[in-house]
Amino acid sequence: MFSIEVTNLKKNYGNLKAVDDISFKVKQGEVFGLLGPNGAGKTTTIEIMEGLRERDSGDIKILGLDPWKDGYEVHKKIGVIPQEFTFFEKTTPKEAIKYYASLFNVKVDADTILKEVLLDEKENHVFENLSGGQKQKTGLALSLVNSPEVLFLDEPTTGLDPNARRAIWEVIRRLKAKGKTIILTTHYLDEAQQLSDRVAIMDHGHIVAMGTTEEIIEQNGSGERLEIHGEKQLADYIQTNTELQVTYNETKGIITIPLKKKIDMLAALAAAEQSEMKWGEIQTHQDSLEDVFIKLVNEPLDEQKEEQQIEQKKNKKGRQ
Amino acid sequence: MISFRRIYVDFKVFSIGYLRNKFGLFFGLIFPVVLILIFGAIFSGDTGTINVYAQNQDTGAFNQNIGNQFLIALNESSTIKVITVDISENFPDYLATHSSSDGIIIPPNFTENYLLEQPVNITVYGSPASSTSGIVSGTVSGYANYFNLQRFNGSMIISLNSTTVSTNQSSYIDFLIPGLIAFSILTNPMFSLVNIAADYKKNKLFRQLSLTPLTKMEWLIAKVLFYIALSFAGFLLMVGVGVFAFGAHVTLSIWLIPFLILGPLLFASLGMLVGTVAKNPETAGVIGNIVTFPMMFLAGTFFPIDIMPEYLQTIAHALPLFYVTEGLNNVMVYNNIPNALIDIAILGTITLVIFCLAVKLFKWRDD
Repeated sequence: MFSIEVTNLKKNYGNLKAVDDISFKVKQGEVFGLLGPNGAGKTTTIEIMEGLRERDSGDIKILGLDPWKDGYEVHKKIGVIPQEFTFFEKTTPKEAIKYYASLFNVKVDADTILKEVLLDEKENHVFENLSGGQKQKTGLALSLVNSPEVLFLDEPTTGLDPNARRAIWEVIRRLKAKGKTIILTTHYLDEAQQLSDRVAIMDHGHIVAMGTTEEIIEQNGSGERLEIHGEKQLADYIQTNTELQVTYNETKGIITIPLKKKIDMLAALAAAEQSEMKWGEIQTHQDSLEDVFIKLVNEPLDEQKEEQQIEQKKNKKGRQ
Repeated sequence: MISFRRIYVDFKVFSIGYLRNKFGLFFGLIFPVVLILIFGAIFSGDTGTINVYAQNQDTGAFNQNIGNQFLIALNESSTIKVITVDISENFPDYLATHSSSDGIIIPPNFTENYLLEQPVNITVYGSPASSTSGIVSGTVSGYANYFNLQRFNGSMIISLNSTTVSTNQSSYIDFLIPGLIAFSILTNPMFSLVNIAADYKKNKLFRQLSLTPLTKMEWLIAKVLFYIALSFAGFLLMVGVGVFAFGAHVTLSIWLIPFLILGPLLFASLGMLVGTVAKNPETAGVIGNIVTFPMMFLAGTFFPIDIMPEYLQTIAHALPLFYVTEGLNNVMVYNNIPNALIDIAILGTITLVIFCLAVKLFKWRDD
């Protein structure tokens, strides 16, 4: 059962392809993270899903409904926190919840919702006097008033201090435990990793990788490698005396050797010992989500690059 | 379907927010009262050129018409502008329909009596409460003396006979109160909605609201209702201060209600329109001021447009607020309902156009 189905979605702003043919599905109860740098098209995508923006082409079903055409119906079933949530300056969180409840014509206990989003000390302060984190929590509280099946959180912790971020995360985890389907955009990798079941990495309107974080690292990261702190001569020595592929980073002074097999490590270290040169710290390293993200997002995705990636994948398969 | 429950809910939240905002409250209700106190005090003396209607019943004698000469002389004074009224008109009725209390009648046998050195009366209309009336009768009496001296070495030939038009008892404060009520009908919804429209658009609050069942029409109606309520409150406060502090003469009538409803509706819509078309809150503020300030001063709020040069009077007639000011004056000061109905018709038409335009251009969500 999919709560959300997005198929071949496109949206242009003039000549800019903000969202360029993306497709994905989100299961009921899943937390799906849209990760990407600023300007990648995350917000446009999420706003189209919320029915706040019209798409150019493609098909979207939110709980089986078209968010633009059936916006009024969809909005009764979803909760949204836009980026940098704001509200009426002179209204308290409690009044805001009651206001929303009256608009949706539902009976809710404002105090329960305030507790649910960890916001009860400041309930009598008007919105403009709340801290950034409290404002976001107010937004979360309002998005819960209509007991939504699907929640859209657009960069919920951007600009917040670490404690406030962790508090928001805690609230999101609780909502997940209650079985809500959650779409989350973020440019924080730790946030995506901490909260999401699956992640789609977006760049220039494309989805460049999608899956669990482990899958994305597996598919797009380079394999395990050995790193040795040492001189250029040592790198050259290892290169000439082994069959290993050695690269050297002059500025950091790090020799990097990809490990096709674990035994390669032994060969490299034996060569280093043999050289009688000085060498420092050694460690093995595997790409983190951050490494993969930087690789995917910062490098232009031209054909050559794609070919390289395909080859890398082939190599990996060969090893396994 | 428009839901009154949702309108009420939004109205309530907006009202509470407004009452918590001390600045809004000050500019909404206290500021116009302060203006009444200041202007009332400054202008309690009064001055300026006064329009005076004159009917010359004098047919002349001995190939002369001294009545005409007298009126020409009066018109050349810096204080009075004579407007001639045809002999066929019933003079008191004419004054009433032209919303004026100042007038002069030159009697039929004026030239004859003057030349034959017989005593003759010029009838001066005015109201005891009006500061202009004193000036008019003073000026006319001055010119009468001048004519007397010129011909008869000071013996009293022409004398004055003062009378009043019963319905008209206007003074500057009587004029100022409708003006400042119009002023607050303009400024409160206008400034507030320019601000809100631009701010909510920038902060994406409209989009936030679009995710609730509240519709933009319900939201707008709630704002309009709030400013109508505020204009009624302001009206009562200002009339109260005017009557108790300055002894103002105010005619209260149900014909005031259309102005207190159409005015806020018009300027709330105009504010929405300006805030919607502007790119950002700063531009919105500037455009808002460009639209508002000429109206604040030229639409007969602080000064009657009669004292302005003709081209400014033409501009005044193009300003929507003028019809609020003139209408309120027609009802409250002159009790001239037929003219007020014309103002209501014009105001209603302008309001309808601006409201439709605002609703059409104002969007909850982006394309």
